[in-house]
Amino acid sequence: MKKLLLAIVFLPAVALAAEAGYRLDRAPIDPKDLVSLQAGARTFVNYCLNCHGAEFMRYNRLTDLGLTETQIRDNLIFTDAKVGDTMKVALTAKDGKAMFGAAPPDLTVVGRSRGADWLYTYLRSFYRDPKSPTGWNNAVFPEVAMPHALWTLQGERALEVVSRDAQHAPPEYKWSQLSPGAENAVQYDTTVRDLVNFLVYVGEPAANDRKRIGIVVLFALGVLFIFAYALKKEYWKDVK
Amino acid sequence: MASRLMALWDWFDSRMPSVAEEFRKHLAEYYAPKNFNFWYFFGALSILVLAIQIVSGIFLTMNYKPDAALAFGSVEYIMRDVPGGWVIRYIHSTGASAFFLDVYLHMFRGLLYGSYKQPRELIWIFGVLIYLTLMAEAFMGYLLPWGQMSYWGAQVIVNLFSSIPFIGPDLALWIRGDYVVSDATLNRFFALHVIAIPLVLLGLVAAHILALHDVGSNNPDGIEIKKTKGPDGHPLDGIPFHPYYTVKDIVGAVVFLALFSVVVFFVPEMGGYFLEYNNYVPADPLKTPAHIAPLWYFTPYYSILRAVPPLFNSVFPGVAMMGLSTLILFFLPWLDRSPVKSIRYRGGLYKGAVAIFVLTFLVLGYLGTEPVTVWGQAGAWLGYADRATIAARICTLLYFAFFFLMPWYTAIDKTKPVPERVTM
Repeated sequence: MKKLLLAIVFLPAVALAAEAGYRLDRAPIDPKDLVSLQAGARTFVNYCLNCHGAEFMRYNRLTDLGLTETQIRDNLIFTDAKVGDTMKVALTAKDGKAMFGAAPPDLTVVGRSRGADWLYTYLRSFYRDPKSPTGWNNAVFPEVAMPHALWTLQGERALEVVSRDAQHAPPEYKWSQLSPGAENAVQYDTTVRDLVNFLVYVGEPAANDRKRIGIVVLFALGVLFIFAYALKKEYWKDVK
Repeated sequence: MASRLMALWDWFDSRMPSVAEEFRKHLAEYYAPKNFNFWYFFGALSILVLAIQIVSGIFLTMNYKPDAALAFGSVEYIMRDVPGGWVIRYIHSTGASAFFLDVYLHMFRGLLYGSYKQPRELIWIFGVLIYLTLMAEAFMGYLLPWGQMSYWGAQVIVNLFSSIPFIGPDLALWIRGDYVVSDATLNRFFALHVIAIPLVLLGLVAAHILALHDVGSNNPDGIEIKKTKGPDGHPLDGIPFHPYYTVKDIVGAVVFLALFSVVVFFVPEMGGYFLEYNNYVPADPLKTPAHIAPLWYFTPYYSILRAVPPLFNSVFPGVAMMGLSTLILFFLPWLDRSPVKSIRYRGGLYKGAVAIFVLTFLVLGYLGTEPVTVWGQAGAWLGYADRATIAARICTLLYFAFFFLMPWYTAIDKTKPVPERVTM
């Protein structure tokens, strides 16, 4: 325990440095774009929800995205879940660990813990790696246990890292396409953009409401300020 | 009807301490100096935040579950399924940071105008006790969301106690109620956070205000207004707290609430400083995060902890220095030997010392949020040590120098004559 304490207090941020390697792209997401959010929801239930859950998110909350409960039931629920249930996954943490070496994490708030840019770059940075157990590796998250779930869309890619001067210059990343996927590069970027948009929404479904209400609150406080200030001025006239 | 109500009121008032009397004593006839400036908003604002935290906290407990298996999910339940839950939660999380911000500015005011000096030593001591209690309150509250930072932050802080010689390991075990931070720890921290410490806090706040109203408020000139009284027996430079300062504090409260609302509604995470991103990962006792940082209000002390080198493979020297850095505040009234209170009439030595101290506190605070490698390594002549660690060590020395050298520099500092009456 004492060693742990020493290690934590005087921690050289080795792991942090390792992850700082690959530059993140900015995710061009728009939380008000309902079409994008709906497309992201479709990708999420088709490709992610088989291994990852979103166990604090209810299906019927997706009415936020302009969908009716019937549409949600018919198009987005593939299990026997009711529309008021949360987005649970059949895969148990134990089975997940046995299959992949690490249990797939719940994705309800992954948009908040990882951030949109990380997710957007991560999902576009898988490459074939014969040395890894799944046959896949990732430039943003090296040695990740997750295989490329969207590979049928993106196709297979290879990555060559050229480091001329490891001490000073960041290494150069050379991507190449091994086999085509169902989508071209632009289409795939859009698919991932929509999915990340959806994950950010799921991370905080109330975010749009929050900003809308915030403007009203600030306006009300602004009005209150005028009266409060006038009252103070009136009373303080006699203080000399 | 009106007379019936008055009769009821008289019946009531004659059977308990007179409410009207207390109202006069603490508000309508509490004479406060008329020259309060910007820095005098933060006492009242701290009380406002205390009220906000208590009310929002009560609503959070209605849906929060202090159970290691359920806590993380119950917070998300509040954020999604409880109507208005998200705003209550953000108010409470923003309130924690706002509380510390207000208290820090309030304490800085004391430093500027010598509010801790005779005859207000006891007010200051109650104040420091409030500050320390608030730290305990914030620390225990931060465990409750049961995210990775909650868990490992608590793990680190409780383990600090285990470095105390002889009693340390047993003490840490006693605090946790287990060998690691666990469900037992979560349960007791919940109990302490929602009732035990708030009760202590309320008692201390009452003592702080009662002591203040007994001796009277200081002011930016550091003059005792009670020395110059008018024919009516009231201080000439004083005005009744109510209505003058109540209406002024309402203006301050509205401005504060506007800034508070900007955070709550537009940047509730405040770039990871009010709500850490890593705390959206559920607590995992088997996975230590790469970078553990406390929330911003603890980081100056965290920096001091990290800056002090371990001795015999024990971090106890750092823990002791961290403890000393907060406890030394108690002695401020006796460390300051200046004949004047306010910085307005002090000399360059004290002004310089305060400026360096503020800078030191901010640098320590910043460094505490970052890994020690943030500024890279120094050259060979310093043994390639982390630059941030060297800076933190220098700042730690300056932090303590501010207090330990205070009896000397405040005594020899050239002061200016203090006027008889306050200046507006």
